[in-house]
Amino acid sequence: MEPQQGQGKPHLPPPSLWPVGFAIGIVCILVGLIVSWAAVAVGAGITVLFGFLWVRDVTGDYRHRDVGIEPAVGGPESATEGAPPVPADRGEAAMPPPEPGERFPRSVFLEGATLGLGSVIAGIVTVPIVGFSIAPIFQHQHHDEIDLGPIDNFKEGEFVTTTFLRDPSAGEISRRTAYIRNNGFVGNQPSFTVLSNRCAHLGCPVQPNGPLFEQRKLEEKTKAGEVTLIPTLPAGGFGCPCHGGQYDQEGNRTAGPPVRALDRYEFYIRSGRLTLGKTYSVSKVVGTGASAKIKKYRLAGPGQHVDGIEQWFYPLQPPS
Amino acid sequence: MPRKRNRKEQMLAAAQYPLDWLEERSGLIGGVRYFLFRKVPGDSGWWHTLGSATLTAFLVQLGTGVILAMYYQPDPNSAYESVQHITNDVTLGWLVRGMHRWGASIFIILMFFHMARVFLFGAYKYPRELNWIVGALLLPTALLEGFSGYLLPYDQTAYWATVVGININGTAPFLGPFLASFLRGGAEIGPDTLARFYSLHMLLLPGAILGLIGLHLYLVVRLGVSSPPWSEEAAGRERDEPPPVPGTGLVNPAPRGVTKRPD
Repeated sequence: MEPQQGQGKPHLPPPSLWPVGFAIGIVCILVGLIVSWAAVAVGAGITVLFGFLWVRDVTGDYRHRDVGIEPAVGGPESATEGAPPVPADRGEAAMPPPEPGERFPRSVFLEGATLGLGSVIAGIVTVPIVGFSIAPIFQHQHHDEIDLGPIDNFKEGEFVTTTFLRDPSAGEISRRTAYIRNNGFVGNQPSFTVLSNRCAHLGCPVQPNGPLFEQRKLEEKTKAGEVTLIPTLPAGGFGCPCHGGQYDQEGNRTAGPPVRALDRYEFYIRSGRLTLGKTYSVSKVVGTGASAKIKKYRLAGPGQHVDGIEQWFYPLQPPS
Repeated sequence: MPRKRNRKEQMLAAAQYPLDWLEERSGLIGGVRYFLFRKVPGDSGWWHTLGSATLTAFLVQLGTGVILAMYYQPDPNSAYESVQHITNDVTLGWLVRGMHRWGASIFIILMFFHMARVFLFGAYKYPRELNWIVGALLLPTALLEGFSGYLLPYDQTAYWATVVGININGTAPFLGPFLASFLRGGAEIGPDTLARFYSLHMLLLPGAILGLIGLHLYLVVRLGVSSPPWSEEAAGRERDEPPPVPGTGLVNPAPRGVTKRPD
């Protein structure tokens, strides 16, 4: 081996395992600083021993040249430059020449390993981030039943504008409005019409086309926050302020852009108190009040058809 | 006299030194000079400034947006009050908010003017098709900035306009309901929706716009500015002067002076 011939060829140190031992010694010292002084001493010993062997190995070429190679006499080339350079594929520590038919040389392997490891790391990092941001789409929201207070607050045959918290833990932002009419008893079963105020066009709040009786406003305290009840007379049905969709008192679309009737809430009577359950979508209501015939559909977003040919545009719904 | 001149030279050298220091270590001075003093067709005019105007409008949005974010609170219970605080209490807050609000519209309007100029000049043609595509990605990204920013004042207009906007997305066939659910951060608009829009508005979308603008400008510098359609130098026309030596194409730029219109 000829170190540093000054001909642009880097000096390649021979392959050696001594640095590994040297590094282990350093680690021993660092660990020993925390654990015990004995480990430091052992580490120092390993470091010094392998350090010596490493240095001896690296400088072996220089010492070997001093002893073994006599300066040539007479030749101008060798006189100025020492011994001729050893070709890269000769000498004790040179890399073996690549096999002519070698399909996967080392550089390609390293390239692939870098790309592969990099993409594995990128994937490990990306999956939780993307999952975190899109998970809410696929999660069910658990809604408790909504207690609206005693059914005596709802006079028979009169609509009441009722606001309540859909999800009390979310606070005021979940306040929703329903137009509720007590239809009286059918047999011994009470009947209510509970219309969601979410417009079936694009979700604006529909308003009653008629007076609100503010002076008869009731505020009912329930476990799930405050419920406000304002009687109203939607003589002209309901209308949406955004794009002019119109509905009759059963929630059927009468004019404008909505694609179906107003959504409705399921309701129960629990110990004489009106309680709301899930929301469902309605295409069209046949009949009125207690005798209305309603086909329930799974809750769909505003502007989405629930029947007819167009329903096939929305075959899947995220959980609600 | 010689002494005075000597001092002047010294001053000049002192001013020059930090620039030289920077240039030697980074090449930045040369790069900026290359960017600012690159050749453009001799008959490019005011129409060609619409792109830079759009960029300036975006930088104004960037600057005012950073300052607004120092006072704004993306929380459903305090967002509206914090915007009122910015408008009424913070010194010059009304001005910065106004700049951001009106600048948003100006940004979009200038972008459309710029797009119209490129289209009517035919500047989207070979070899600049890719730059048109990058611009066509910038446009919806900027529109999404407008959509997500509209919710942030959190007044009645903002809230219901966003409800309508999300539900319009929801009516898209097949994946629409899922897209709407993604925008809301769940089945219903809730406390997470505002924070989600805030994050989109000030982190994700501006980052995307900055990256796309970088690509856009790189392509502008690499491909050069196109001549207007009435240009005497337009491709395929005979020149008065003999055609210059080879190397007038895009790959080998023409030597200095060749692109000047013959007088």
